[in-house]
Amino acid sequence: MIQPTMERILLSGNEAIALAAKNAGVALGTGYPGTPSTEILENFSELGGKAQWSPNEKVALEVALGAAFAGARALVTMKHVGLNVAADPLFTAAYTGVSGALVVVSADDPGMASSQNEQDNRHYAEAAGVPMLEPSDSQEAYDFTAAAFEISTRWRLPVLLRVTTRICHSKSIVQPRAIPKPEAEPSFVRDIEGRVMIPAYARPAHRKLRAKLAEIAAWNETSDLHQVIAGEKSLGIITSGVSYQHVREAAPQASVLKLGMTYPLPLNRIQAFVESIERSVVIEEGDPYLDHAIRAAGVTVEGKPEMYRFGELNVNRVRRILARDESPEPVPPRGKPPQLCPGCAHRSVFQVLHDLDCIVSGDIGCYTLGVLPPFQAMDTCVCMGASIGAGLGLRHVLPRDQARRVVSVIGDSTFIHSGITGLAEMVYNPPATGHVVIILDNSTTAMTGLQEHPGTGRSLDHSPAHKIEFEDLARSLGIPHVHTLDPVKETDALKDLLQNLLAHEELALVIARRPCILASRKIREYEAAAQQSNAECHYATRET
Amino acid sequence: MPESEPLNHVINVVVAGLGGQGVIKASDILADAVFRAGFDVKKAEVHGMSQRGGSVNSDVRFGPRVFSPMIPDGEADFLVVLAEDQVETNRNRLRANGVLIDPSAIGAAALSNPRTLNVALLGLLSTRLPVEETHWIEALRANLPEKILEINMKAFQAGRTVTR
Repeated sequence: MIQPTMERILLSGNEAIALAAKNAGVALGTGYPGTPSTEILENFSELGGKAQWSPNEKVALEVALGAAFAGARALVTMKHVGLNVAADPLFTAAYTGVSGALVVVSADDPGMASSQNEQDNRHYAEAAGVPMLEPSDSQEAYDFTAAAFEISTRWRLPVLLRVTTRICHSKSIVQPRAIPKPEAEPSFVRDIEGRVMIPAYARPAHRKLRAKLAEIAAWNETSDLHQVIAGEKSLGIITSGVSYQHVREAAPQASVLKLGMTYPLPLNRIQAFVESIERSVVIEEGDPYLDHAIRAAGVTVEGKPEMYRFGELNVNRVRRILARDESPEPVPPRGKPPQLCPGCAHRSVFQVLHDLDCIVSGDIGCYTLGVLPPFQAMDTCVCMGASIGAGLGLRHVLPRDQARRVVSVIGDSTFIHSGITGLAEMVYNPPATGHVVIILDNSTTAMTGLQEHPGTGRSLDHSPAHKIEFEDLARSLGIPHVHTLDPVKETDALKDLLQNLLAHEELALVIARRPCILASRKIREYEAAAQQSNAECHYATRET
Repeated sequence: MPESEPLNHVINVVVAGLGGQGVIKASDILADAVFRAGFDVKKAEVHGMSQRGGSVNSDVRFGPRVFSPMIPDGEADFLVVLAEDQVETNRNRLRANGVLIDPSAIGAAALSNPRTLNVALLGLLSTRLPVEETHWIEALRANLPEKILEINMKAFQAGRTVTR
């Protein structure tokens, strides 16, 4: 467990971000779990920060924005695809700006170690118009988090801290430094024109945003967030993030311009670097974001061949890019793929779905592994919550004999995140053949490492909180058939029930509830701790 | 390797195995021990999907200055594998004449608890690295809970005293 410290220490990027946020006086950290971002808020909480999981990233960003409106420093964390969910508030928060500070962490997953796509969220900084910093190791994860709060405070804008799997989950040495904390306590100052984005106020707000970005771009030309490594004049490399580390190892003799703030770009500085070098190559993971921006500014640089857009970069791939090597890459031996744990309750459900030959509209979580043999019981998986919408769409247009086999499966945390609106759609626009939704309720957010959510009845730090009951929610929406059972103890009953529901062609929600085998012991401990604290509280009340 | 000679290059160690075997824990202890010995160190691994019983590996690199956190294929000096069936899938990580340390190096019978295999193999690795034993002991204490510390200390010593 991470401790508050100012000593030199070995930290992951996620731990370093959390420590910097604590030292920067962040009043509230929000987010939704998502690999590789999850540990930031957990560590921030362990360090004594106020941290909470929101139902999804959109809500998390809105809560953090409210805190920043009130003059506080706020941190919001998510994985790359989470920023798609939170994009709506992000784009307009750039117009409203903030009174305190707001840092949005986007943890991208190039190579898709644990994600459904490898989108490059650097595009969001430009699209929304928010400054972006890209650390290249844990020390910079600490320093750039501090810088992000300083920049957000100074220009009253949200700042994007864009990290990747290798920054989040790699450990390297950090020397923490003192970070200036906000001087004023949160307090409400009315600013109707600045925060109420009706068109009449949003139009000038957009112009104000562009003016701020121009100021930041000018400041960025001379900021100390960038670094020049003086090397040979024959080869210069422009890079950012973890790619910088690969570059230093692959081309130790090269001159390097390492960019710290990659939106808005210090284009004059880049041009001056390129003019001093014979051959300038842009080395970046993912999309040709820097390459396009630099070339659009009329500066001649060499990008990477298209084959290196896919997957992570590493030292060998950087060597190949520099050698303009486009020959096929060696295919690494395949390791053992992940699988549903032995004894996992999802196994029983997927066996039943397989046996009933269902068309399964799936979702994001451990249970996505139901797609693998021996079950192969998943036919779609796109994004959080899509199981319900896509399942309904399939039902609407498929011929009846196929439509009545469609089932949506969604985990409990994913249901809270994005499934509730799917149920509203289901009761509002019911398919002619009805529909069956199964919540695979294992009472935790298992895939990301057993985080709490509003359906578990516990907060981020596992202390008791209000619990949303899925059955009550479904009935209040008007779903006629709501059933709960244990998929392990009642596997045959589950099969009979599903057969019945599919034949009836009505709307139904089935909650297959059994705690995750990895979480059940911990859940019992949390419940025992809550009971004991309740009893002590009761005792104390009686004494007074 | 004696600690008195200054280390002028980076030493690369890949730890590999299956989810649940303690691969990440072993690499945490290793990285902490070399950090305590005063080296620059980086450690990289992928969390998430790989924890569901699949292949897991973790790269630890240390020396005077480390850049990339990931060991390029074919450049590992040591490959520590916790599951025999993961040796072949990771062999490409090892450099020519690199050292493979796998479970066969330590008879299972030598361990009072098979779950301490990760630490036992670290014990064996420790005899090949320029890091004094005290740093290892400190790293073990810092990274393991009290109730399993003693059994792991025994496993570490069992690994250290294996004769190859």
